[in-house]
Amino acid sequence: MNTINLGMAVVLAVLYSVGFYLLLQRSLMRILIGIVVLGHGANLMLQLAGGPPARAPILGTAPPELFADPLPQALALTAIVITFAMTTYLLALGYRSWVLVGHDEVQDDVEDRRIAERERPEGSMADDTAATGTDDEEDPGSAAASAEPAGTGVAQ
Amino acid sequence: MTTLVTLPVLLPILGAALTVIGSRSARLQRLVGIVVLAAVSVVAAVLLVAADRTGPVVVELGGWPAPVGIVLVADRLSALLLLISTLVTLAVLVYAIDQRITDYGRDTASTTFHPIFLLLSTGVSLAYLTGDLFNLFVAFEIMLFASYVLITRRTSASRIRSGMTYVIISLTSSLLFLSTIALVYAATGTVNLADLATRVAALPPGLQTVLALMTVVTFGIKAAIVPLHFWLPDSYPNAPAPVTALFAGLLTKVGIYALLRTQTLIFPQVGPSTVLLVIATLTMIVGALGALAQNDLNRLLSFLLVSHIGFMLFGLAVFDARGAGGTALYVVHHITVQATLFLVSGLITRRTGTVSIDQMGGLAQRAPFLAILFAIPALTLAGIPPTSGFVAKLALLQAGADGGPFTRIVAGVVILASLLTLYAMVRVWIRVFWGTAREPLPDADPADELVVGTAATSRPMYAATSGLIVISLTIAAAAGPLSAVTGRAGTDLMDRLPYTTAVLR
Amino acid sequence: MSTDHHRTPSWDDWDYPEGEWMLSGECPVRTNRTLMLEMAARVLFPTVLVFSVYLLIVGHYAPGGGFSGGLVAGLAFVLRYIAGGDAEGAAIGSRIRLRPPLLVGIGLLLAVLAAFAPVAFGNPVLSSAMLSVDVPVLGHVDLVSSLILDVGVYLLIIGVVLDLLRSLGSAIERDEREARR
Repeated sequence: MNTINLGMAVVLAVLYSVGFYLLLQRSLMRILIGIVVLGHGANLMLQLAGGPPARAPILGTAPPELFADPLPQALALTAIVITFAMTTYLLALGYRSWVLVGHDEVQDDVEDRRIAERERPEGSMADDTAATGTDDEEDPGSAAASAEPAGTGVAQ
Repeated sequence: MTTLVTLPVLLPILGAALTVIGSRSARLQRLVGIVVLAAVSVVAAVLLVAADRTGPVVVELGGWPAPVGIVLVADRLSALLLLISTLVTLAVLVYAIDQRITDYGRDTASTTFHPIFLLLSTGVSLAYLTGDLFNLFVAFEIMLFASYVLITRRTSASRIRSGMTYVIISLTSSLLFLSTIALVYAATGTVNLADLATRVAALPPGLQTVLALMTVVTFGIKAAIVPLHFWLPDSYPNAPAPVTALFAGLLTKVGIYALLRTQTLIFPQVGPSTVLLVIATLTMIVGALGALAQNDLNRLLSFLLVSHIGFMLFGLAVFDARGAGGTALYVVHHITVQATLFLVSGLITRRTGTVSIDQMGGLAQRAPFLAILFAIPALTLAGIPPTSGFVAKLALLQAGADGGPFTRIVAGVVILASLLTLYAMVRVWIRVFWGTAREPLPDADPADELVVGTAATSRPMYAATSGLIVISLTIAAAAGPLSAVTGRAGTDLMDRLPYTTAVLR
Repeated sequence: MSTDHHRTPSWDDWDYPEGEWMLSGECPVRTNRTLMLEMAARVLFPTVLVFSVYLLIVGHYAPGGGFSGGLVAGLAFVLRYIAGGDAEGAAIGSRIRLRPPLLVGIGLLLAVLAAFAPVAFGNPVLSSAMLSVDVPVLGHVDLVSSLILDVGVYLLIIGVVLDLLRSLGSAIERDEREARR
């Protein structure tokens, strides 16, 4: 079983917390950065899983017993490629959203809200209805949702 | 023989390459897609027979033996699921092709649809066959990336929101999976599933619990178990009918398969798992009750999907050979029936021009055949005898009855959730097909692929849907031999030795 | 293939090359271009491409391989795009009359065939064989059959990067230009 040193543990903690914090934002761009940071965290952890730092596992550069474990490095490389693909995909998706609806906000499930409103017994929570009508007012992160941005109707 | 195991993974990639190169010829793309999936079905059937007769078929890629090399393993469970998944994928492809022909004409080729569809099939095959935790991650990524493209392809302003939710949730679960793999490797120094089976057992119990919990959360998000299900009813209904059918049929089941494989092989338990039983109960009830509140036909079906994930989880939670076998049988049945229901829902939407159940009505007069097409899978899902749903549910209930007092209570919940399913389905049937006939609504947004109110349906679309129903009926007719196979698969899963000895030799 | 570059793009031919992939000889005067970068790009472009091929070939024993080689070659195109900007960006490279997806498809096909090929010789899938040759000038050369797989990956990655440049680069710039009109 491998353990890691404290410095790396702190770095991992920072990467994971920053990543998850950004993931909870409304804007797709922040989420994208969050996912990239989280991906770095996960890849770093994969690297650290291979044990303490050692020589690069390339034949002929050092005796094999000094090598670092090459398997986590290969896994991390694959994972990095996948993270690269996610990043470009999310960028494209963010752009598409900006073209189609004028912002890249990730919004709530509209139909779910509608059903919740309709199924509520008549008059039982009348005060509450006003508050849940639009969550945009409560969420400073989604202020852009109401503002009409400059780029609306760019394509098509 | 062993080379055959690689074909379900490599053939669809080959097909994807050919369809990208031939992206100017719609005819070539269609041909390649159908031929490849048909070939994979045959291979899967051969593998199933071989795995059932002589034990797991293992191929070591590049000739490197496990645990150092990468292995693909086709045992009874994976070969069976591979077979049924590929057959369903093939039927959905036929439906999708005909929908494209109906909507865009015969000569419309696409650079994305066919290659991505085949890559999705690659990911699903690899997820079933892989004998290595990291490759399972890669398989999930191939599958999910294909699904991202399919769900956001030609998306409209009203639908892009739900696509974004789906993508973000899936990416989060992928990163959790990656972190889990890192922890597993740090703890054991291997990612080979068979090797993990022995090495994890040597770890301290607390660490085992943490790793087991992380895999449950990771695969739980993908399988949409309550409380990790919120993304599913939001995103699935917002894709075109064939895509939703494929997702509902396959993607969540791959999550269930991964849960089944890892929990039985790496983190085995003695006796029923209380945590999983509680989650299964919640999933069944929340899904079924959620379905009753819905007005959108596709959302209703999605909630029922969540509910029935609970059924499969229940079989796993019992943690004995019968339970695992029951889950396998239920997965086989559910892949078929859920895909059929979404395809029928696509046909209904086309005939009515809406997804809102309130605005449908009297469809039986205009489309009597459609009423039958909906009724059969609906009754199958509810588990009315003599359908395949009844057979599968019976297997689960038997396992539950033998498991102990707590599993017997949850078995009661299974019956309750089935009744709720039946109620939801009958209600849909009455509101959609009975009453005074209505004119189909006009197509509000022609650019939107989701609701096409042109009433344009073609015969092959019905044929593909009927084909799935035939598969479902075949499962019911061949219930004896099939449940014998899934029973043996369940025994294998609990025994673990057939798998580990075949891989590690 | 049609040579009409000026038709309106629709959903099904959005990936059709709209112009030239390489920098053309003439440099239309534009305000936001840097001469330094453009000159550097011209010098570096072939060098980087050669380096990428080197990475591709040494990949079996030394750091490198199809993926990193392909990315480096892709970076050469990215540099070109950044230097040339929109003017050639919207029109990067139609000297290679090849749609990027075609490159991806060929790369993928080559890689899968290379994975399958050992089966024909009775070896397991994805296994590799080595051929040692003594070439007069180069000396002792080890040719590994997995190089074919690497070439497939190399082509695929270049195709992907070119496609990204087009769909996330020049297509967005084109949209903005049209919006400004």
